[in-house]
Amino acid sequence: MLELKNVETGYGHIQVLHDVNLTIHAGEIVTLIGANGAGKSTTLMTISGIVPCRRGQILLRGQEIQALSPDKIVALGVCQVPEGRHIFADLTVRENLDLGAFLRTDKVGIKQDLEYVYSLFPILAERRHQSGGTLSGGQQQMLAMSRALMARPQLLLLDEPSMGLAPLIITQIFEIIKAINKEHNTTIFLVEQNAHQALHIADRGYVIENGRIILADNADKLLSNPDVQKAYLGI
Amino acid sequence: MDYFIELFCSGLTRGSIYALIALGYTMVYGIIGLINFAHGEIYMIGAFTSFIVATVLSIYGFPLAAIVVVAGVAAAIWSSAYGYTVEKIAYKPLRHAPRLAPLISAIGMSILLQNYVLLAQTSDFLPFPELIPEFAFMEPIAHIIGSSDIVILLTTTVVMLALTFLIKFTRIGKAMRATAQDRTMALLVGINVDRVISATFIIGSALAAIGGLLIASHIGQINFAIGFIAGIKAFTAAVLGGIGSIPGAVLGSLILGLTESFATGYISSDYEDVFAFSLLVLILIFKPSGLLGKAETKKV
Repeated sequence: MLELKNVETGYGHIQVLHDVNLTIHAGEIVTLIGANGAGKSTTLMTISGIVPCRRGQILLRGQEIQALSPDKIVALGVCQVPEGRHIFADLTVRENLDLGAFLRTDKVGIKQDLEYVYSLFPILAERRHQSGGTLSGGQQQMLAMSRALMARPQLLLLDEPSMGLAPLIITQIFEIIKAINKEHNTTIFLVEQNAHQALHIADRGYVIENGRIILADNADKLLSNPDVQKAYLGI
Repeated sequence: MDYFIELFCSGLTRGSIYALIALGYTMVYGIIGLINFAHGEIYMIGAFTSFIVATVLSIYGFPLAAIVVVAGVAAAIWSSAYGYTVEKIAYKPLRHAPRLAPLISAIGMSILLQNYVLLAQTSDFLPFPELIPEFAFMEPIAHIIGSSDIVILLTTTVVMLALTFLIKFTRIGKAMRATAQDRTMALLVGINVDRVISATFIIGSALAAIGGLLIASHIGQINFAIGFIAGIKAFTAAVLGGIGSIPGAVLGSLILGLTESFATGYISSDYEDVFAFSLLVLILIFKPSGLLGKAETKKV
């Protein structure tokens, strides 16, 4: 589905990603774990075309996308829920969702998906006329994910969906990530600091450190890997 | 009392013209955070375009209503083309530059356009044809409000309703609001931000051009420098209402128009600008974010 080959990116003179290689197969949940500043969000922003890729290739279904503008990449079915949720605070919940479907023209499908996200998160249906900024953190995360789902993505990039949320809500969010992956066969690339939760729902995982991928393995193997346990799982 | 109402009406007229120009400032600021100092020149170019079209059409003896409409449309299109081009040439290459760079570039564009019109046209004041006749049915209240005031008020009201509709309900309107609030996220939902920025410049320029036509025919003369003072006043109005806020720009413009009108009527026309800019100073001291603007909170 998605393949990163020797990708390098940076901001100004600072290089953030060094020679990143990773592969995500269709239908998988793949997680990228790492500490603060390791380059997790930059990896996602590079895939989405927000941060320009300096060297290397990003292939989506075999097609090079590293030189495309962000809107073209969304049009190809790659959607991101960025870190910090980025809700359009002054727009209503409904308008936020409509913007998720910005590039779509199939009215019937959009309506179906709206019903679908309302069924996933009934609280959003209740608050549809409220402005996005008035929602709680957990609700904003639900809205951000729903907004991405409204684009009916084939590949969903999730950046720290658990950040700043109560444990109960985190469990709920991870349940739903699993459900989205199962029901719609949506491929999911999950970036998390909460390595424990992420590895439990993921098929495979990558570990990134200082902008380099240092480990790649199946999720259960990473969970039992002593280095990962020590560094990221606190065991 | 009649005098008061007369001043009130002329203040509203003034204010609504300012609003047409101020909207361009505030919309552009909302989207890219730039004070487009060349905006007054776009308005001046609108006035000149409508002057040329109106003069030519009146030589051929077209009816007044047709002249107004054709001149308005031509001015809107021509000014939009200028606004679009100015953005592409002077601001787009500086999108990621420090904030001061596009600001200087905007001032440069303003000077360039003024002098270009000065050289291409003339430095003299040109008599603008009176496009809005005195309507017979307005006779009984003509001492309070003139026909052209009524036309200006009606036109600006219609234009603003159309703009509100555009921003609230259309696809491009939603894209504009999204881009103004969070550009990264707008990109991530697939909005072509460059196109939204172009659209903003086009809409703002068209509004300014309509303002140019209306005010030129109201005052009866134009010249290459009219964009400067109109631009400064509209900018004041936009800051007064809260730069970046569309209702704020309209409110600020009306307040500014009324202030000027009352200052002129009750004190002296010499004090018109004194009051207008005192208002600006006061608002900057006591509520720097403007009447309806939001205080900018920067995360660190």
